[in-house]
Amino acid sequence: MPTQAKGGTRVWQRRERGRQLAIWAGWFFGTFIFLYCFKLISDKTIWFFVTDAGRQAADLGVRMVPPNWSYINELWEPLWDTINIATIGTLLAIVIAVPVAFLAARNTTPSVAVVRPIALLIIVASRSINALIWALLLVAIVGPGVFAGILAIALRSIGFVAKLLYEAIEEIDASQVEAVTATGAGRGQTLTYGIVPQILPAFAGITVFRWDINIRESTVVGLVGAGGIGLELNSQIMELSWTSVSVILLAIIATVVVSEWVSAKVRHAII
Amino acid sequence: MTDVSVALGRRRWKRPPLIANPLLRWGLVVGGAVYLSFALGTTEVNWSRVWEGLPRGKQFLLAFAPPDFVSRWDDILDGLLESLWMTAVSTVIGIVISVPIALGAARNIAPLPVYYFCRAVIAVSRSFQEIILAIFFVKLFGFGPFAGVVTLSLATIGFFAKLLAEDIEDMDAAQAEAVRATGGGWFQWLNYGIQPQVLPRFIGLSLYRLDINLRESAVVGIVGGGGIGATLNTAFDRYEFDSAAAILIVIIAIVMGLEYTSGHVRRWVQ
Repeated sequence: MPTQAKGGTRVWQRRERGRQLAIWAGWFFGTFIFLYCFKLISDKTIWFFVTDAGRQAADLGVRMVPPNWSYINELWEPLWDTINIATIGTLLAIVIAVPVAFLAARNTTPSVAVVRPIALLIIVASRSINALIWALLLVAIVGPGVFAGILAIALRSIGFVAKLLYEAIEEIDASQVEAVTATGAGRGQTLTYGIVPQILPAFAGITVFRWDINIRESTVVGLVGAGGIGLELNSQIMELSWTSVSVILLAIIATVVVSEWVSAKVRHAII
Repeated sequence: MTDVSVALGRRRWKRPPLIANPLLRWGLVVGGAVYLSFALGTTEVNWSRVWEGLPRGKQFLLAFAPPDFVSRWDDILDGLLESLWMTAVSTVIGIVISVPIALGAARNIAPLPVYYFCRAVIAVSRSFQEIILAIFFVKLFGFGPFAGVVTLSLATIGFFAKLLAEDIEDMDAAQAEAVRATGGGWFQWLNYGIQPQVLPRFIGLSLYRLDINLRESAVVGIVGGGGIGATLNTAFDRYEFDSAAAILIVIIAIVMGLEYTSGHVRRWVQ
């Protein structure tokens, strides 16, 4: 137990002296990095605009109320597109992610040395790049519209679904697979009867979870031209019609809340 | 085998389905099919435009071999460093603000009014996408990394405070009570009774959030929030796919490196 002599009596302290010093050094170093980074950012900031922000925010707030409710009638179609982007994107992602997950899982991959690293690279590449960046790229390639949004959402989701799924595959109970193999089942039968039933609940949970995230993401892919309600948001901001912007924001919140509720219900039912 | 199946009146084994209720199961299948046909029916795809763009897609894929790091290197480095600063600063600010909110949002240690207030703060900061927040902060604070930092800090609060609060709610109450029984004050109770229990998760979450903030810092730039996103946006707008490929590779490499490091640190903490 670390103690320290203080006027003849030994007093308890939490850590040894060296360790305590190391922790202090860590804090010092961390604070230094933080302050240094902050200074660099502060140099690039026009502080007049920042100090002015309160007034700007109040001004914006005044312009946004009352919401232009009649505008909601023009929003149903973009909202429908947004939901479609998320749903079809998720389905497309699953179609690609499932084989990738089986190739990436240590216990199902045909080759640990060759195929697994490739599958892992696909997963990392898809995960590191945000849906908005994918959208930016796809709008340049396939043109603006819902299709680019669907592809962007799908490409971003592949990594997420495949990663969680391959972790689930690696955690399965091997004895069940062995039991199926022992009956003389082939590779395909082992897969469908030994592995798939074990990961099916996890798979359903992951899918719904990702769909929920995709609803949020699909509200913004439109900002770069990939369809959905983001497109509408962008154009209304450009036109400075703030009363319509507030309606769009409320519509987005409502959609997100509903999708979260649906996903929570479904996951609750599965698990 | 055949004998047995004859004896059982040719009953065959079937796999148990995921959803036990057949009405619900078929309802979901039919509902899904109807929805999909509607969704696909109303999704307009301009195939001729897609077809036109395919050579450009090929060009993009070819740009990866080899990517052009050189001609825009100054811009890339500049954007990248800015992204890294933004990540560091916003993660720290976000976490510093999150900790008191997380304490307030843990049902087992906070009084009810404080709990509701903190939960409301979390709900508000979680309800919007980073990008939408960024658009407004760019309007308020002007173009540049400051708007990005505010956006990412706010997004960090929603994520970090929520998960930390859940961890505090899951802690062992006996340890905290023991500290209180020795006559420790509120801060001592916090520091010796609660903090050691949530520390591993705290560090894990911080690293995870650092990782997310880095990725997000690449996109807030698209709407004017500073960082590598602005460089990337310009590269795409000018169809300079080789520079864009270089930026994407750099982002992927940093994310991979961070993931690898954070994995090690988390194992070391636990």
